[in-house]
Amino acid sequence: MRTVLYVLSALVVMGLAYWAYNQNYRTHEALKETQRLQREIGQMRESLGVLRAEWAYLNRPDRLRELADLNFDRLGLLPLHPEQFGEISKVSYPAPELPPILSSVEVVGEREDTP
Amino acid sequence: MIRTPLRPLARILEARARGENPDAIERENLRLRHEQMRDQARLRAEGRLLVLGAAFFCAFVTVGARMGLLAAAEPHEPSAAASTAPIVAQRADIVDREGRILATNMATHSLYAQPPQMIDKARAARELARIFPDLDEEKLLKDFTGKRKFLWIRKKISPEQKQLVHDIGEPGLLFGPREMRLYPNGKLAAHILGGASFGREGVHSAEVIGVAGVEKAFDNFLRDPANGGQPLRLSLDLSIQAAVERVLFGGMKLMNAKGAAAVLMKADTGEVVAMASLPDFDPNDRPAPRPGAAAEDSPLFNRAVQGVYELGSTFKIFTAAQAMELGLVGPDTLVDANAPMRWGKHTIHEFRRKNYGPKLSVTDVIVKSSNVGTAHMALEIGKERQQDFFRSLGLFEPTPVELVEAPTGKPIVPARWGDIHTITASYGHGISASPLHLAAAYASLLNGGERVAPTLLAGGRPQTGERVVSEDTSAKARAMLRQVVQHGTATFGEVEGYRVGGKTGTADKPNPQGGYYKDKVITTFASVFPADDPEYVLVVTLDEPEDRSGPDPRRTAGWTAVPVAAEIIRRAAPLLGLRPEIAPHPDFAVTLASH
Repeated sequence: MRTVLYVLSALVVMGLAYWAYNQNYRTHEALKETQRLQREIGQMRESLGVLRAEWAYLNRPDRLRELADLNFDRLGLLPLHPEQFGEISKVSYPAPELPPILSSVEVVGEREDTP
Repeated sequence: MIRTPLRPLARILEARARGENPDAIERENLRLRHEQMRDQARLRAEGRLLVLGAAFFCAFVTVGARMGLLAAAEPHEPSAAASTAPIVAQRADIVDREGRILATNMATHSLYAQPPQMIDKARAARELARIFPDLDEEKLLKDFTGKRKFLWIRKKISPEQKQLVHDIGEPGLLFGPREMRLYPNGKLAAHILGGASFGREGVHSAEVIGVAGVEKAFDNFLRDPANGGQPLRLSLDLSIQAAVERVLFGGMKLMNAKGAAAVLMKADTGEVVAMASLPDFDPNDRPAPRPGAAAEDSPLFNRAVQGVYELGSTFKIFTAAQAMELGLVGPDTLVDANAPMRWGKHTIHEFRRKNYGPKLSVTDVIVKSSNVGTAHMALEIGKERQQDFFRSLGLFEPTPVELVEAPTGKPIVPARWGDIHTITASYGHGISASPLHLAAAYASLLNGGERVAPTLLAGGRPQTGERVVSEDTSAKARAMLRQVVQHGTATFGEVEGYRVGGKTGTADKPNPQGGYYKDKVITTFASVFPADDPEYVLVVTLDEPEDRSGPDPRRTAGWTAVPVAAEIIRRAAPLLGLRPEIAPHPDFAVTLASH
């Protein structure tokens, strides 16, 4: 009985040791992975910064103005003018289609006095 | 353990036989036993103390060792924690009010040399001089072969240059990472942004510090890691700034001016939407100030903030508004305008020695820009009240705008303020202020009368609600300025649909040798639009303009600054989202159009 107990406890110790080492290795692995990811995030942020700077550089007003001048034939872009403001009420909507007149009675009505 | 009995029979019998008290034996034995017990207990306690002491010693040594280790070790980021905080750049970005980038950082490299590690010094010097044409081969070779162990070659190099230097294959040429400040829009808003350079430098990194403008004024904010890389949001609008700078540049060239400044400000908050000063520079490559040359002529000089000029007749509306506020006059009151006016040994003339008098209504004094009429109103107001009013408009102090140069734009006022100064100040002579001062004062006066302070931060400063004039006076002043544009000195300022109101100002430039130049002027147009519902204030100043389109050169503001300002409004107002209103009648409606 006692021997069985000894053997069992030895096995448990071995199992626990295996588990502990396993956890240790996995922790190290995870740490390495986070480090790699953080490095990657850092690089990504750096390139994001470069891209944002490049975007701002490509969108600088001077360049856009030059491009608008160069492509004037195709795009016809001009600076915004006060005349270009419109009003919703000036937009011409397609007139609603009138229903067909089926009988002459429908077009007979009383004229209302406009106020 | 053999337990000795307290009363051993043999000894007791023996003692009894000798006639002694056997109790003494018992007591003696008891004492011995107690002693034995005490020794045992002490030993145990001592053992425990020792163990405890050892445990405490170990614990303290561990804690101490850990503390020492932590104190001595290089700091490093916690690698196990999931990083939610972004890895922030050294210096925060600067963006405009819409979030478009005005200043950002770029990773680049610096180039340095360690001569002791170099193999072929002559070749390295030759190749470097070939890559960087401004480096001198002889001087490099002298540096490499001398005693120096370390020298900087370039603070910033581009990736292409880095590759070229790499291709030399010289082990003594080394690169260090650098963060560089980049202004992607080039010259745009150069005076506001200022510029940046390197502070303390090491091989692995260098401080980026602001040297002028908002970069220096907000240096601590931009470098504070606690902000988490949050950008600094300015009140500028990139596209409007670009339009204003372009129109102003064209106007400056057309009017043959040597410099120009423009300030476009929100009337009710004091936020500066666009501020330009010409000539300008590229903040990416900020020029060094030239010694010897006058500061005012340097491109680094911000005319809108640092340039204090006599702004001329633009001040007349302050006098008229104050007189109305005090109840001395109304818009239609007739005031004495008989020119020339004599005051002591001084004579006050009108423009080109005209005479608009003998009597003019206050509105006409402003519309015709009568010096004499304004002078009479100012005398009625009195010098104390006039000074108080100018002070409340912020015309006696440097502007509180968030630029490091702002304190240098201190207005010049007469040291002793006599009646003659009251007269000249009423039409903007003998008192100098910057265009930004004028814009802030116009905004305060015309937005309904609430004082505003100019600011470059989006959202503006907190409003104090302090009044300079009443709502009614403000509306009357706006109506007068509108008439100046409709049929006064600024008729070129009319922009259809935007109801511009404004006042011109032409002042002779003071000669450093004393007196004034006859043929050099500063012309200013200070305007507000729309005049009935003030949204924006625009001040345009031209330095030494001259319109040579006519037979005689024309230098008045009405011919120079006003057309430029009108063009700025024509370009900027639609961008600001202002809808032109051709007919300001509220009951006017457009009929529905249909096919």
